[in-house]
Amino acid sequence: MKMRGITKSFYGMKANDCVDFDLRGGEVHALLGENGAGKSTLMSVLCGLYHPDEGTIEVEDQRVEFRSPRDAISRGIGIVHQHFMLVPSLTVWENLVLGSKDLPFVVNEDAICERIKDLSQRYGLDVDPSAPIWTLSIGEQQRVAILRMLYHEAKILILDEPTSVLTPQEIEHLFSTIKHMKKEGYGIIFISHKLREVFEISDRITVLRRGKVVGSLNAREATPEMLAEMMVGSSDTGEIPRTKKSPATKGKPILIAEGLVVRNDKGLVAVDGVSFTLREGQIFGIAGVSGNGQGELAEALAGMRRIESGKLYLVTEDVTSASARHMVDLGVKYVPADRKGVGLVPNMNVAENVALRKYWHSPYSKGFFIDWDEVHRHSKSLVESYEILTPGLDVPVRMLSGGNQQKLILARELSDNLRLLVAMQPTWGLDVKATAFVREKLMSARAEGAAVLLISEDLDELLALSDELAVIYRGKIMGILEGPGAGDIERIGLMMAGISSNS
Amino acid sequence: MRIKIEKRFYITKWQETLIISASIVLAFFSGAVVLHFLGVSPLEAYGMMIKGSLSDFYGISETVAKTIPLTMCSLAVALSFTMVVWNIGAEGQFVLGALACTALVRYMDIDNPLIMLAAMGIVASIAGGLWGGFAGFLKAKWNVNEIITTLMMNYIAILLLQYFVYGSWRDPTSLGFPMTPLFPEGARLPQFFGTRIHAGIFFALVLAVLIWVVVRKGVWGYEIRVSGQNPKAADYAGIRSARNVMLVMFISGAIAGLAGMAEMAGLHRRLQPGFAIGYGYTAIIIAWLARLHPVTIIFVSFLFGALFVGGENLQIAMRLPLSSVQILQGLILFFLLGGEFFRNYRISLTFKKR
Repeated sequence: MKMRGITKSFYGMKANDCVDFDLRGGEVHALLGENGAGKSTLMSVLCGLYHPDEGTIEVEDQRVEFRSPRDAISRGIGIVHQHFMLVPSLTVWENLVLGSKDLPFVVNEDAICERIKDLSQRYGLDVDPSAPIWTLSIGEQQRVAILRMLYHEAKILILDEPTSVLTPQEIEHLFSTIKHMKKEGYGIIFISHKLREVFEISDRITVLRRGKVVGSLNAREATPEMLAEMMVGSSDTGEIPRTKKSPATKGKPILIAEGLVVRNDKGLVAVDGVSFTLREGQIFGIAGVSGNGQGELAEALAGMRRIESGKLYLVTEDVTSASARHMVDLGVKYVPADRKGVGLVPNMNVAENVALRKYWHSPYSKGFFIDWDEVHRHSKSLVESYEILTPGLDVPVRMLSGGNQQKLILARELSDNLRLLVAMQPTWGLDVKATAFVREKLMSARAEGAAVLLISEDLDELLALSDELAVIYRGKIMGILEGPGAGDIERIGLMMAGISSNS
Repeated sequence: MRIKIEKRFYITKWQETLIISASIVLAFFSGAVVLHFLGVSPLEAYGMMIKGSLSDFYGISETVAKTIPLTMCSLAVALSFTMVVWNIGAEGQFVLGALACTALVRYMDIDNPLIMLAAMGIVASIAGGLWGGFAGFLKAKWNVNEIITTLMMNYIAILLLQYFVYGSWRDPTSLGFPMTPLFPEGARLPQFFGTRIHAGIFFALVLAVLIWVVVRKGVWGYEIRVSGQNPKAADYAGIRSARNVMLVMFISGAIAGLAGMAEMAGLHRRLQPGFAIGYGYTAIIIAWLARLHPVTIIFVSFLFGALFVGGENLQIAMRLPLSSVQILQGLILFFLLGGEFFRNYRISLTFKKR
């Protein structure tokens, strides 16, 4: 497969600018780049979702033009999206045949399941064909998504950030499947921004930056420093500097959770009897595969979700049923995972978004009115001290980049009496610079004596930053490690998969 | 050639003005087609409308008289739209306000005209407010769709009105016409310069300024804007959205109810079925056109007032039915909503060499 001179623009901005990319059978070609570098756009062009403004695609030396993903699949190109795009209420086999053109009027379920079982066995993609999707774990769902492409006889597989939702053990399993498929002659495009994984799995690496190919090289010849430089234009590998010193004495407890039980939006128990203690000057990390109760726990601590049972104390005050506003007033701040969906009002301007978590108390409001002059003054100083790039305070925050949006949230949450910061996925989707900035701010909050609860799916981040690390699985804490290090990864991985460290 | 549709990031003021102007021009153009098939010359008809509504002192004064209820009803719905709560029930709340103040005039004897008018204003606001607030309560409590409840409650309100004017409140000396007796002197708002422009105009102007201040500068206005733009961020900010939904619907209804009282005490001075001619529905178009800006609403209401007066002139001079004006209004809304697409998307044609 060859892509030549692919150009695709959105809003007049070139997401892909004259990109060349090719893939041979039996190789893994990694596509590396920051968020927004144009990886997803390029792959969407390849799988028929977007039509390129310019450029050509050739498959087996034949010029092709895709009008829809169906065209691409018929030429053997299939994509496994980051969010698998499966129908949760349908079974595995139903999801697989979805979109088949030549399905007979009466479907022969047994024959289909038989074929699925064959494929699963061959590539170690173990799933029950008649299980509904919603009963499967994330790892299993990914297997289904890959199987779907194999079922449609794809020869070229695009895996879009496939590891971001998996436990370390599941990642290993996925890699062995990829290696097996490689041997059988499949071509695989592996999209990621994690250098470690790219080195482990790929034969060739192409780096994109700002829509352009920076370079393409054999994995054997590459070094992490080279790739990092190609990705961001500097040799910063995004490694987290281990500047922290363990506190000489354990800080005083700030927040004590005792047997918290919290339900999710569907009314099911999402946090199931969680207990821990957060101390001054300490970063307490929570690891876990997403959807194991992290979001509900964070919301409960921020006063946004009702605590069904258990107790929550802030030093000595019982805050089990405190409101979000009361928690802010007590110095408990929250950086939600969903920046634009929860943390900000995208259509409102910078100053109005700064006011979001402060507007009810002085000096920002007086009686029935908000003192917008005061809010503007405060916003101006935050924008300056956090180096937030914005054309002005009156610009809607949806116009800001993700990194600057996150900086704005951090600036708002960290200013005014901070005692505890609950940070959920604070570096998700940010580029290297913004990521480093956020981590630095978390460390300085810790240095100033605040407690930080860091919920993340990035194990490297958690290991580098946390003084203590808890692993959550199905709403329960599987274990807490003090001063975790790289040597604990396997143990953490097992706990993330629900295998307790004691057993 | 390929047609490409892209989402817009940004829209300039003049692009926005262009889209709105083009929508209105297209609406009048399609209206011309309708008028043509009704057997009248569109140019003549439009000329007649302008002549009747804007060409002389009388016409303008009539237009202003219609601007008053239109402005108040538009302010009412605009306030709820600010929170992205769709109060489609201004018409019913307007009627309820009129009903309530008429009931007060009928059953209470208050000598002092100031107290009488104040009391009328208060009961009308409360009645309209409860009518709207009930829909707000249902939405806050059980997430019942307010578009449906407010719309349905309009019918209830109008049938209630008919029940009273055809029934127990009918003036025995009206020779069978469905209307209540004229209000006493003390229950009337003054009219000025020998026209039908009445003191309700001050209600409209003061409310416009008040709402602008509350929404743009006030704590509560900020809260409802946040709730409207991003309900989850509202939770994050500790805003009690359920309470605000009820409050915004109550106040919205109260403003429409007050408009009903002004219309009774200032213009008609008696309850009759024909006074509710769709101001509450037209208000939705006005609020939309004015982009919910309270001061802009006054000007847009004036234009729609002219449309109403011009339409009446059309009925009289060209013997066209009232519905022909309503068709024109409908077309304007239709094209405006169509224009929304162009606000959000950009269409470009690309010519590609093969």
